[in-house]
Amino acid sequence: MTMAATLAPQREEAMDRAGALGAFRRSDAIFYWLTRIAALTVLGILGGIILSLVIGAWPAINEFGLGFLTTQRWAPQLEPTPVMGALGPIYGTLLTSFIAMLIAVPIGLGVAIFLTEFCPMSLRRPVALAIELLAGIPSIIYGMWGFFVLGPFLADTFQPFMIATFGQIPLIGAIFAGPPSQLSLFNASLVLAIMILPFITAISRDVFATVPPVLKEAAYGVGCTTWEVVRSVVIPYTSVGVVGGVMLALGRALGETMAVTFIIGNSFKITGSIFAPGTTISAAIASEFAESAGLHQSGLILLGLLLFVLTFAVLAAARLMLMRLELKQGK
Amino acid sequence: MNPIYVSRRRTDAIIRLLCLAAAGIGLLWLALILFSLLWNGLGGLNLAVFTEMTPPPGSTTGGLANAIAGSLILTTIGVAIGAPLGLLAGTWLAEYGRHDRLATVIRFINDILLSAPSIIIGLFIYGLIVVPMGGFSGLAGALALAVIVIPVVVRTTENMLTLVPNTLREASSALGMPRSLVIRRIAYRAARAGIITGVLLATARVAGETAPLLFTALSNQFWSLDITTTMANLPVTINNFVQSPYAYWKQLAWAGALIITFAVLALNIAARVIGGERTTR
Amino acid sequence: MNMEMQTAAAPGAPNTAIQGRAKVVVRKLDFFYGESKALKNINIDLAERSVTAFIGPSGCGKSTLLRVLNRMYDLYPGQRAVGEVLLDGENILSPKVDVNLLRARVGMVFQKPTPFPMSIYDNIAFGIRLYENLPKSEMDGRVETALKGAALWGEVKDKLDASGLSLSGGQQQRLCIARSVAIKPEVILFDEPCSALDPISTAKIEELIDELKEKYTIAIVTHNMQQAGRVSDYTAFMYLGELIEFGETTRMFTSPVEQRTQDYITGRFG
Repeated sequence: MTMAATLAPQREEAMDRAGALGAFRRSDAIFYWLTRIAALTVLGILGGIILSLVIGAWPAINEFGLGFLTTQRWAPQLEPTPVMGALGPIYGTLLTSFIAMLIAVPIGLGVAIFLTEFCPMSLRRPVALAIELLAGIPSIIYGMWGFFVLGPFLADTFQPFMIATFGQIPLIGAIFAGPPSQLSLFNASLVLAIMILPFITAISRDVFATVPPVLKEAAYGVGCTTWEVVRSVVIPYTSVGVVGGVMLALGRALGETMAVTFIIGNSFKITGSIFAPGTTISAAIASEFAESAGLHQSGLILLGLLLFVLTFAVLAAARLMLMRLELKQGK
Repeated sequence: MNPIYVSRRRTDAIIRLLCLAAAGIGLLWLALILFSLLWNGLGGLNLAVFTEMTPPPGSTTGGLANAIAGSLILTTIGVAIGAPLGLLAGTWLAEYGRHDRLATVIRFINDILLSAPSIIIGLFIYGLIVVPMGGFSGLAGALALAVIVIPVVVRTTENMLTLVPNTLREASSALGMPRSLVIRRIAYRAARAGIITGVLLATARVAGETAPLLFTALSNQFWSLDITTTMANLPVTINNFVQSPYAYWKQLAWAGALIITFAVLALNIAARVIGGERTTR
Repeated sequence: MNMEMQTAAAPGAPNTAIQGRAKVVVRKLDFFYGESKALKNINIDLAERSVTAFIGPSGCGKSTLLRVLNRMYDLYPGQRAVGEVLLDGENILSPKVDVNLLRARVGMVFQKPTPFPMSIYDNIAFGIRLYENLPKSEMDGRVETALKGAALWGEVKDKLDASGLSLSGGQQQRLCIARSVAIKPEVILFDEPCSALDPISTAKIEELIDELKEKYTIAIVTHNMQQAGRVSDYTAFMYLGELIEFGETTRMFTSPVEQRTQDYITGRFG
């Protein structure tokens, strides 16, 4: 018998308790291992993703090697040997994300500063709530709005204006070259920007909220204007977190599928103009994968592997930065 | 007045204006989207949308009944699988793994999965389920959604359990309550609102997910409750109808988009009502 | 040396500090938070059915000592106790001891009231159900007895289904005491039970402790010297992890042997 049983010799319920204890010990062990296995599942998912992508992409890696990264041509049906290169989708992914960030970051930070510093108190909660709710709208909604509403609008107004204004200037002109189009890299970038805007705002607002009020009060106390408080206290204090939040948004933009697929045009050719059709990695996968087979499919999975590596790096950097902000807070 | 102060005031006013403009632009875009959604969606919304099957090409009758049912089924199964797993995993992180290096790693990986591209999840499930099973299936779609649910629930569960004061755990232990009971009966109860919020947010997140369903559940034209074969669902149906040449299909796509958006907004609002302002990203 | 006489006796030496049977015997106890030593060579006896108060400035280790007695420190990695703590002669520090059973025998009441997020009735019944399968009628009786034992019955008998969180701070603390008493412990540890309460609630708790010692062995940590004087039979003064002086409360407060004890009791430091 264990000590547990001999511990309570004088008490009549001692035997009763010994029975209960055995059951406790069993259920403790079972519950511990259930939770632990569940926690390990998270690692399992990551491992599974990497493994399944590598296995699926293996034929394409064998066939195309490093040339996959530098080839622009995408001819998966070519006989006898298909040609597939990721340059077009990589270019499109990076370009659309870059333009989207260029538009969304200043506006998103502006809205966040407005919400935390300038906005009248009574409006803060409703506006913040609206932004949070909009951050939750599924991306396909943004995509179809871009396709039906924004694309035609841009093709009729903004693009002709930009082409007429800048199209003839040497060097810059190439960026705005070509006929206006409802399907273009720029249109996709704008939809992407609108989609990540509430996300950037919501996360920067959270980050700005970590500034201890006493710091701000101290700055106001020496007569700073609101903007000076933002510039010299809020932003320096939260810079790591803001950059982390922005990179989190970048991670979203890079991997976003449904917001861009409809309106990017699915062209693997790189023209240099932002008004030309293009494609992104995720758009290419979304539009071709279900009907693909063999090497074509493997090439698409390889594209997915590239996207995963890219977003993993960006997201990991983002999380490390946000963790640094949390450490600063002493959490 | 002091000239330096005047220029400082001016800078402040300009920035204030710029921020106001940013807020205006931001809200304007989003208002535009909601407006088009209501404008186009309400026009297409009628009883047939909920009672009739998705139409064949060229038809001008039909609804989204099978797609709506499919989405409900896929989301329910996805959450039913993902939420308990996420709950248990979050429990380990908060209750057992607080001082464990492994927990730090899992937490970090989980945060990355939280924002990993959902189309990658689709590829993963394609390789894991669709290929071995020899075809697209509702089950594969539901599993893809479950994989997206897990990190969300892990994060909220851990956060909420961490907020439960340690004194409550000590007080329970002091009664001779074994660890697992302390967690299940006391900590869960104290964190209940937050955990439910997390599950609702995760449900909202997957309700409109499209990319991972494109090549897992695929879609079909029929009423089908069989999860071992292709299953109609709203997002993929919208995806197909948007790009179609038929006006009626496009009208249905708007109606479907409106339904999804409302469902997602309702879930988000419910989550906030239950759990306060706290959210997960 | 005089101190030798007044602190708990070394092993083997006759124990002059307490009268009656020692329920808990602590010998050569060291305690570590990671690398730092929080308790140094503690030797003390807790007399059965009496109240022993632990006093001393913040950080002196009195709460730590209390948390050794039910091995609450087990919940946290990196904390460990070395030495012997005998409960009715069995060393509870032994790894073979089941801590759940130990904690059912050694109850604890905390600084802040910690009602569970459930009804008043269930707050009490929950602990009982852990180790006993009782029919409803018998359970009702046990709950009533426990609440009466904590002088709370009159205030809550009409709202047993109300949440434990709906009670006032003082009532919550008495609910926690009732919860501890309900599972029939042998020892009850009070960790500054009144520090979050108003004077009237404090008086009620003190009265309660006075009644509880008829049945239970009680240890109480307190910052309040008057409280120690009012409720305890024995007092232990701790400082920087050491037990400086231990003896009957009346003697400790009227003629402390150690200069530091006297300084602390008279408010010169701490």
